[in-house]
Amino acid sequence: MSALPASVARPRPRVGGAGAIGFGIATLWLSVIVLLPLAAVVDRSLADGLGAFWDAAFSRQAVAALRFTVLMSLIVTAINAAFGTLIAWVLVRDRFPGKKVLNAVIDLPFALPTIVAGLTLLALYGDAIAFTKWAVLLAMLFVTLPFCIRAVQPVLMELDREMEEAAASLGASGATIFRRIVLPNLVPAIVSGGALAFARAVGEFGSIVLISGNIPFDTQVTSVYAFKQIESDNIGGAAAVSIVLLTLSLAILVALRLVERWGARHDG
Amino acid sequence: MASRLTLRAIALAYLGAVLLVPVAVILYRTLEPGVGEVWASITTPAAISAFWLTVTVTAIAVPLNTVFGILTALVLVRSRVRGRRFLEAIIDLPFAVSPVVIGLSLILLYGRGGWFGDELADAGIQIIFSLPGIVLATIFVCVPFVVREVAPVLREIGDDQEQAATTLGANAWQTFRRITLPSIRWGVAYGVILSTARAVGEFGAVSVVSGKIAGETETLTLLVEKRFQNFDVAGAYAASALLAVIALTTLLAMTLVHPRKDSA
Repeated sequence: MSALPASVARPRPRVGGAGAIGFGIATLWLSVIVLLPLAAVVDRSLADGLGAFWDAAFSRQAVAALRFTVLMSLIVTAINAAFGTLIAWVLVRDRFPGKKVLNAVIDLPFALPTIVAGLTLLALYGDAIAFTKWAVLLAMLFVTLPFCIRAVQPVLMELDREMEEAAASLGASGATIFRRIVLPNLVPAIVSGGALAFARAVGEFGSIVLISGNIPFDTQVTSVYAFKQIESDNIGGAAAVSIVLLTLSLAILVALRLVERWGARHDG
Repeated sequence: MASRLTLRAIALAYLGAVLLVPVAVILYRTLEPGVGEVWASITTPAAISAFWLTVTVTAIAVPLNTVFGILTALVLVRSRVRGRRFLEAIIDLPFAVSPVVIGLSLILLYGRGGWFGDELADAGIQIIFSLPGIVLATIFVCVPFVVREVAPVLREIGDDQEQAATTLGANAWQTFRRITLPSIRWGVAYGVILSTARAVGEFGAVSVVSGKIAGETETLTLLVEKRFQNFDVAGAYAASALLAVIALTTLLAMTLVHPRKDSA
C-alpha cells in the first residue's frame, strides 16, 4: 500500500492567520504591555548601584515584612489546599440540593473586587480582628480559596472510579482508598492550585491594605510596604522591594511549570 | 453515610465562614441605613463620575485584550513559530505579579523621570495620574484571561475544518470569521466576562497610577477606599455594594456561559 495518510505525505499548511506576522504582533503587544514596564522596575532597582539595592531590599523593616508575607502565604496555602481538596471532593462526589449554586459561589473571590473583600471582612469581624495578623490571614484565605478548589475539581471529575471500587471490594476502608488511590492522583493538581494560591497571596494588596493596619514588624505585608514607599516618594526603595517580590513570584511560576510537566508525564 | 455527611458539613461550614457570611454581611450593612440613603450615596457627583470612569476604562481595556488575546491564543496553538514557549510564559506573568509592582512599573516607564516620562511630558502627553495610565494598568492585569480561555478550546476543536475551508479556497480572514470564531465564541465570551470582572474591580495597580483626583481619575474601587478612610463608612459600603452587585452579575454570567463553553 502506498496510500499514506495525507497528513504524513505532505505537511499540512498552517491556517488561521497566525503565522510569523501574528507572532510578531502578539510579541510586540505583550512586550509593550508586560515586559517593558517590568524591565523598567529592574532597571530602576539597580540604578543606584547594587549596594543601595541591597540596603533597600533587605532593610530590617523590609525583611520583617517579607518574612511575615511568606509565612502567612504558606499557612494560607496549606489551609486552603486541605479545605480546597475537601470542598472539591464534596462538590464532585456528593449530591445535595443547592450544589449548583454553591459551585457558582466558589468563584466569588475572583469576581469581587479586592477592596470590597477587605471591607467585607472588616464589616464582619470588625474590631475583633482589625489590625491583627488574623486579619491578614482571613483576607488571604478569602482571595486564594478558588485557586485550590478549581485546580482539583476537574481532575477529580475525570478520575476513573474503577480503581476505587476495586480497592473497596478488596476490603480497603474509605480512608485507605483516599490516601492510597485518590490522593496520589490529585497531588499534581493540589500542588499547582497551591502554587497559584501562594503566588496570589504573596502579592495580595487590595484586600489587606484597609484591614491590616500596616503595623511595621507586626502586620505589614510586602506589597503594602512597597505601596507606602511609593507614596513617600522612595521610588528606588519600592523598586528594590518589588524586585524581591517579582523574583519570588517568578520562581513559583517556573516551579509550577516544572510540576505541570511532571504531572503530564505521569498522566499517560 | 455518616462520614459523607461530616465531610459535607465541614465543606459547607468552611465555605460559609470564608465566603458567604462576609458577602451577606456587606449587603446587610449597606441596606441598614435604608434604600434612600444608599441611592443618595451612589448618585453623588463623585460616585457618578467614578462609575463612568470605571466603565470607560473597562470599555477600552477589555476589547483590546480580547482582540490581542484571540490573536495570541491562535499563535500559541496554531503556529509553529519558535519562541512560542517564551510567549506562553509571559502571558501568565500578570497573575503572579503584585498589583503594586504593576503600578510602580508603569510609573517608572511613563512617570516623571521614567524611561519615556520626560519625552512624553515635553510632547504634552500625560499618562500617569490620568486616564491612559489607569487603562494601561487595567490592560496589564487582564492580559491572561482571554488567552487562557480560548487556547484550550482551539486545541480541542483541532484544525480539520480550517484546513477544509482553506482547501476550498477561503482566505485566512474568511476562515477565521466563518470557521474559527464561531467555534471559539463561548470561550471568548467566558474570557471577556472574567476580564470585565477584573477590570471593574482592579484596585492595587490603579491606585498606584491614578493620583486619585476626585471627579477625574477616581474609579469606583478607589472611591470605596477614599470614603472608608474619610470615615464615610456607610458611603463606602454603598459603593462596595454596587461593586458586589456587578460581581454577582458576573458570577451569574459565568454560570450561564460555562456549560456552553464546555460543550462547544
